[in-house]
Amino acid sequence: MIAKYLPYLLAGISVGGQYALIAIGYTMVYGILRLINFAHGDVFMIAGLVMVYSSASLPMYIAIPLVLIATMILGFVIERVAYRPLRSAPRMSVMISAIGVSYLLQNCALYFTGGLPQTYPAIPWLSRSVNVLGATTKMVTVVTPVLTLVLVIVLVMVIKYTKIGMAMRAVSKDFETAQLMGIKIISVLSMTFVIGCFLAAVGSLLYFTNYPSVIPTSGSMPGLKAFVAAVFGGIGSIPGAVIGAFIIGICENIIKALGWTTFSDAFTFVLLIVVLLIRPTGIFGEKATDKV
Amino acid sequence: MSREHVLEVENVTMQFGGVVAVNNLTMEVNRDEIVALIGPNGAGKTTAFNCITGVYQPTNGIVRFEGQPIVVNHPRGKMKKEYGGQNAELYVNEKTLDPTPDEITKLGVARTFQNIRLWKSMTVYDNVLTAKHMRAKQSVFSATFRTTRKEEERMREETEKLLKEQDLWDVRDDLATSLPYGQQRRLEIARALATEPKLLLLDEPAAGMNPQETLELAAFIHDIREKYQLTILLIEHHMDLVMNISDRIYVLDFGSLIAQGTPDEVQNNQRVIDAYLGVAEDE
Amino acid sequence: MNKTLKNTSTADRTSKYVTIVIIAVLYVVLMVLDNLKATPGSTFGKILTMLIPVLRKGAIYSLLCVSMNLLNGFTGLFSLGQAGFMLIGAYAYAIFSIPAGDHAAVYQYFEGGAIQFSIPEILSGVLGNTAGSFLGAIICILIAGVVAAVFAALIGIPCLRFKSDYLAIATLGFAEIIRAFFQWDGLGRITNGSNLLRKYTSFSDMKIVAGETTVKFGTVFVFLIAMLSILFIILLINSSYGRAYKAIRDDEVAAEAMGINLFKHKMQAFVISSFFAGVGGALLAMYQTTVNAAPFKSAMTYEILLMVVIGGIGSVSGSCIAAFLYIACNEWWLRFLDSGSLFGLVDVPFFRDGFRKVVFSVIIMIIVLFFSRGIMGDKELSLKGVLKKRQRKKEAKAAQAEGGDAE
Repeated sequence: MIAKYLPYLLAGISVGGQYALIAIGYTMVYGILRLINFAHGDVFMIAGLVMVYSSASLPMYIAIPLVLIATMILGFVIERVAYRPLRSAPRMSVMISAIGVSYLLQNCALYFTGGLPQTYPAIPWLSRSVNVLGATTKMVTVVTPVLTLVLVIVLVMVIKYTKIGMAMRAVSKDFETAQLMGIKIISVLSMTFVIGCFLAAVGSLLYFTNYPSVIPTSGSMPGLKAFVAAVFGGIGSIPGAVIGAFIIGICENIIKALGWTTFSDAFTFVLLIVVLLIRPTGIFGEKATDKV
Repeated sequence: MSREHVLEVENVTMQFGGVVAVNNLTMEVNRDEIVALIGPNGAGKTTAFNCITGVYQPTNGIVRFEGQPIVVNHPRGKMKKEYGGQNAELYVNEKTLDPTPDEITKLGVARTFQNIRLWKSMTVYDNVLTAKHMRAKQSVFSATFRTTRKEEERMREETEKLLKEQDLWDVRDDLATSLPYGQQRRLEIARALATEPKLLLLDEPAAGMNPQETLELAAFIHDIREKYQLTILLIEHHMDLVMNISDRIYVLDFGSLIAQGTPDEVQNNQRVIDAYLGVAEDE
Repeated sequence: MNKTLKNTSTADRTSKYVTIVIIAVLYVVLMVLDNLKATPGSTFGKILTMLIPVLRKGAIYSLLCVSMNLLNGFTGLFSLGQAGFMLIGAYAYAIFSIPAGDHAAVYQYFEGGAIQFSIPEILSGVLGNTAGSFLGAIICILIAGVVAAVFAALIGIPCLRFKSDYLAIATLGFAEIIRAFFQWDGLGRITNGSNLLRKYTSFSDMKIVAGETTVKFGTVFVFLIAMLSILFIILLINSSYGRAYKAIRDDEVAAEAMGINLFKHKMQAFVISSFFAGVGGALLAMYQTTVNAAPFKSAMTYEILLMVVIGGIGSVSGSCIAAFLYIACNEWWLRFLDSGSLFGLVDVPFFRDGFRKVVFSVIIMIIVLFFSRGIMGDKELSLKGVLKKRQRKKEAKAAQAEGGDAE
């Protein structure tokens, strides 16, 4: 029994951690801009492609930092070019802009890869096989949850104790007042995107290690699922997003273990709708009331 | 003297989390009366309006319109433990009623908003015409296939009449939000009238108006009451207006009723004066 | 006063007649184009083989865009479930119009499927081939719409309570759930699992055969269905209900306070929009001649949404113009970007597969960022408007001339 389900459980925890790293980017951006950043999943995919291309010609110890930096720059640029000009526009326009960016990134990826799946390189240490309680798995399965938790703790500390973190909290509570109090919104926004993209890049390193290749649409499903995780945990809440991501990752793999693979994606959305119905603001979300 | 109650609010309490915004409010409005609800900022006046119009369901209490209960509730679920108001047991056996705002509007209660809420993309004419939608006898198909054209014509005629009566006919093709402030207020009232109400709730109709406009507004409110046989309940801060037009006044402070009566009685009530001016602490 | 009134009513009438004439001419042209036989390989032949599919697909996407616009643009509900409803429509259409004889071949992995009849075939038996497939296709399209609408009503009950972003993500989620269900082997006897549905009535079956001559009317057919559907939506938008939808878009709280039941009206808009998404899905199925659930992903919804944005959120004519432009650019005019050379004259190395899509998405981003009102904004293109504008210009000129005289 355990021997049968343990690999799935391990995979679930691992993939949950990877979703968590993406979900944080969604939840932080949503917390501050009230924007579903539809392009975030594609940033994640681009990080995967950058890894493919950079590792082809560079040693790992340069390629990996390069991926992280390139993804952060990408996030910075997206915010600058696609979201900032629409600061005063209706929310729907910003969301449409996000969809446009997603479309652009996917099409660029399609162009550069020529539509062919790009084989993801084996990162030496992460791809090693290990034995956990009798189940053989890759090192990445064990590393992911640990790394995720460490990164989340660091992030929470940053948000709690540093000046920029304080500014982020202020901006997410009240955009305009924060501006009036002299907080530089511009740098807070850039920082949010950079942090989100950094985590997505780490997530992509871990995620794609489990998969043979990257294609232009590789990012959309994990992206959507991570977003669902963020909603599930209460969008705007970092611990919520992490817990939501682990729940979704584990559930998804249990469904697979039960032989319902066709529904593993759909189940995520069923879960989302059930949560929204029972607790519209997610597990840890704050209740918002409209003023009349 | 027994006059017919149009609106009765009985022991209504509205509690948000731990905050009691309206505390055990009881008031009534008689037919053809103009009644004012006053009080300092944050006293819970607009919340009381929202409880009457179905925007919020009060935590406890009952609201009747023309003798029929329209909103009923008692502390339930989590509120049972947290409830900080009075009369928690009074309505336990009543069937709770939580209508949506449109159901209450359909009964004949219309309202305006403190911060004007006109439909931004629509013209003056369309704002009023759209408010006629509720009373139109049509279905989505009959309206689409134009088989109830008579109904549409009737709506348009009534809209024209209403706009002419409210001196808004000349600006009918302007965007609602392009009107000057005073006219926007007037349009919002016209729009509320289009729903053919018996009771009209005005939330700070004179906010942002100068003394001259406020005077005109007083005459206007009297005027529409006569013309449309309305009963009016209003929230207002302009005391000259309130004292000038109200038959009776209710005073709220920190969610609770502290005084009621005719304008003269209220003006001379010590608690009201204290609430507005504050009490010297070292007396 | 009287004079202007009279003027507008005559303008109304003339524009109405002219519009009808224009539409009639359009249909004649379509009919002719459909039946032209150009020599293969000639320039005209090349254009024709591109033009017909673009026109057909453009008409289908016009309908899809307008139905999405009804929801996102006019009612203010940000829904991303379009692809799901299209999928339902496409499947419902295909399932009911696969000829009985072909069931064994199509459903080869599912013992010939559960449904053993074909509406166009039954009708053909009674009415003859042309009328049978024409009527049968129309009935199947209506079924497609109704099935999509029923699903929408069921999905709307939980979803329409959610506020903006949550609605978007919940409808997106439902579209994915629908897609998973249609690919599920458990329903294979109806949906054929993850295999293709094919051999059903398509545009090429829309033809009149009289002895030696064959008259094709596939293109006219798709334009007819799309136009009638769009006409319905236009009439709806301009009715009392349409105004109520706009009121909900502008200010929900005020709409509710003025007696407009939010849930009822949102549900109406959602169901009607989904009905036409279903119809559009059915037409798409006819166009493609095969149906499979896999491509009905969120990307398809995004594409339609982008077309709506390009046309202008809240403009029906904008949506139609944008749909035709988008399809024409995507499938035809920008093809050369993928060809490796500029008009076959100069080799441009970066003109290779996928470059068209990159250029295309850059254009879309430019529109979204700098021309967020799209082609039409929230205005409509109408002959009446054009006539009025011209008249106003004339009047202005006349006034100017008069002013000049007075001086």
